[in-house]
Amino acid sequence: MIRSTHLPLIVTLVTFVLAFALCGSQYPSILSTRVVANLLTDNAFLGIVAVGMTFVILSGGIDLSVGSVIAFTGVLLAVILRDTSMHPLTAFALALVITTAFGAAMGATIHYLEMPPFIVTLAGMFLARGAAYVLSTDSVPIDHAFYDTLQGIYWKAAGGGRFRLIGGLMVVTFIVGAVVAHRTRFGQNVYALGGGAQTAKLMGVPLAQTTIGIYAISGGLAGLAGIVFSLYTSAGYSLATVGVELDAIAAVVIGGTLLSGGYGFVAGTFFGILIMGLIQTYIVFDGTLSSWWTKIVIGMLLFAFILLQKGLTWATTVRKRRATGSAALS
Amino acid sequence: MTDDTAQIATPPGAQDAPMLRAIGISKFFPGTIALDDVALTLHRGEVHALLGENGAGKSTLIKCLTGAYKRDAGVIELEGVAITPTSTAESQHLGIGTVYQEVNLLPNLTVAENLYLGRQPMRGGLVSRRRMVAEARAVLADYGLDVDPGEPLTRYSVAVQQVVAIARAVEMSGKVLILDEPTASLDRDEVQLLFSVIRKLKARGLAIVFVTHFLDQVFEISDRATVLRNGRVVGTRLLNTVSQHDIVTLMLGRQLEAKVHDRQGGTAGEMLLEVADLGKRGMLEPFSLALHKGEVIGLAGLLGSGRTEMANLLFGAVPADGGTLRMHGKEIRVANPRDAVRHGFALCPEDRKTEGIVGDLSVRDNIVLALQARQGWMRPIPRAKVNEIAEHYVRTLDIRLASLDMPIRLLSGGNQQKALLARWLATSPDFLILDEPTRGIDVGAHAEIIALIETLRERGMSLLVASSEMEELVAYSTRVIVLRDRRQVAELTGAQITADNIVHAIADDPARGAA
Repeated sequence: MIRSTHLPLIVTLVTFVLAFALCGSQYPSILSTRVVANLLTDNAFLGIVAVGMTFVILSGGIDLSVGSVIAFTGVLLAVILRDTSMHPLTAFALALVITTAFGAAMGATIHYLEMPPFIVTLAGMFLARGAAYVLSTDSVPIDHAFYDTLQGIYWKAAGGGRFRLIGGLMVVTFIVGAVVAHRTRFGQNVYALGGGAQTAKLMGVPLAQTTIGIYAISGGLAGLAGIVFSLYTSAGYSLATVGVELDAIAAVVIGGTLLSGGYGFVAGTFFGILIMGLIQTYIVFDGTLSSWWTKIVIGMLLFAFILLQKGLTWATTVRKRRATGSAALS
Repeated sequence: MTDDTAQIATPPGAQDAPMLRAIGISKFFPGTIALDDVALTLHRGEVHALLGENGAGKSTLIKCLTGAYKRDAGVIELEGVAITPTSTAESQHLGIGTVYQEVNLLPNLTVAENLYLGRQPMRGGLVSRRRMVAEARAVLADYGLDVDPGEPLTRYSVAVQQVVAIARAVEMSGKVLILDEPTASLDRDEVQLLFSVIRKLKARGLAIVFVTHFLDQVFEISDRATVLRNGRVVGTRLLNTVSQHDIVTLMLGRQLEAKVHDRQGGTAGEMLLEVADLGKRGMLEPFSLALHKGEVIGLAGLLGSGRTEMANLLFGAVPADGGTLRMHGKEIRVANPRDAVRHGFALCPEDRKTEGIVGDLSVRDNIVLALQARQGWMRPIPRAKVNEIAEHYVRTLDIRLASLDMPIRLLSGGNQQKALLARWLATSPDFLILDEPTRGIDVGAHAEIIALIETLRERGMSLLVASSEMEELVAYSTRVIVLRDRRQVAELTGAQITADNIVHAIADDPARGAA
């Protein structure tokens, strides 16, 4: 059954299908498994971090630290693999533990010190970026047999598209994220927090546990995105992924999640990522357009989605007023 | 007033052990005793009204019961077991559910999600949405609601949301249900829906605490009432043995004595304003009013009876559903405060902090604000004129301040009130509405404001003054309109205006009240 709360998700989906069809009518070769596979591979790290961002935004918060955390994770892995004999899998586990703990610490600060998430995660952004610089200011190449093995894993589809490990990891992250958000008590608590922290508290939602959990997930997924990014680029560089947090926020909003929290779907973010990737692909195919057009189109899309959300909010309040005004009970 | 037999009044058929017993509950706040040795007993299948004026301690008592506050002394026993909940979540778990006036549910979730938040039906480690919706539908059907639990909560009216909140509280807790002013934003039909739900729950054996300002509703639904005043229990009564008058007397703690009103009926002046059938659904039932020049109409009623609502409707601060206003015989339209100001209305609101003063602006700017607004911002009042006006009112109203330039928030309450009054007097209104002009100000300023009302009346201004102070209304009113449950129930004139008569009219004692 289609409900009004699903409308932003449907709009995102329709936008993606229309955009894909439009691109396909102009450049038929876009409709190939090759392009689709690349879309997933190229946006894998962004997609993973956007899943975490969806949780944060659903709860009414924001996490500005994720771009820096990705860069930090990349540099950490590169330095460990260069200077020690640690196995990459152990290094991955270490990176995930550090980034998850980092996120949890930010969540604890936000909850217990009653600080705005914007400020706390802004501090986190500087901290993580600074830590990356401390580890290394140069780009550190990663040259490890295990990396080559991981990068060599792919599934070749008909039409020549290579679906690589990291693209698959992103899809799995989205599926797990969607299940957690919509089918667990924790997920319901995230929505409750986004609907109103005070009310959620009165209804017995464990605020501390939920807030810390949300930012831990965001931090941990930023760590995972950092691992994916290092597999994608085979290097760790402290200046990498500047501004990725904003791309992630854009993907979440284009995906139909309300920036003020409480409304949205993890699946929407997936299509938000695909739409943003598609714009980039189109510009590559066109060849004459400056890559900055990506930013302009994303800007316009964001604006359109904000207007859509405003319109929906307005429509609901009008209906609500009408419902309240009438004594008739449905 | 604190006779022991009445204190221990128990409902008929309550031989079994009480559901909840609170003994000797005390709560101290710095400088005040919010609750002093309060006792409350709730039986199974009982609706127990908790009554008292604002600040009597009702909310504090509820918060101590639900664990929102930590009590400083006393024992709470639930089914004979002593409990000390430290959070609302814990008390919910123990069996005490609370529903507040503001629906405390989440607008972004569906009805079913709200009902089951925190205790969703699970299947294979995951929330089973299908079961949740199906169970919600069955539960809500019990409460007489035929709603689609998969729809967002906000699709439904406040009354439906209120019932969903009650269902949540009962399903989660199931022993004691506390209803904190649940009917405050409902209209009559919706109140009846709520009451039918309450009756069902009563039959199921819940102990229900009902907090409200509406006495009619108390008598309609409750078995017993406990009245608090100044943090103490002044009595617990079986409601079928007492009258509304007795309860009001307990609440106000006033010695009712007839004081003869010495003012002549003030309807001598020419007609200024005629109001016909002005009202708003769910807020105030349509009322009519005729106001003459040089008349002070007092507006009496308990808190929540519709006094502020009437003031706001007249001033256009809240748009009315219907009704007409005629000024000097000509029909006028007051759709918003701007219209009202243009027609010579002025309103000093009840809560001056949030609705009246602009805290950081200077006293001078606050005083000329309304006059400037009336003139239009394009025609600034010359500085010299502004100073002259401000100084004039500071002098005549005796506003005590260090300088006209000081921010108004630094003034004392009484002086703020006078500055606010000055703001509206500066516009030379024909019709001045004062909502609780003496609330929260000291005794000296109190007397001055009362004297000022007299002076304004003598100068030919017409006033409507809402107040909960009976003596005050008696002192300055030429007529008193009594509101109860958001409708006008009585009008007292001339010698009828006594504190006693007002209290009776509020309590609707047919023997002596509504004249």
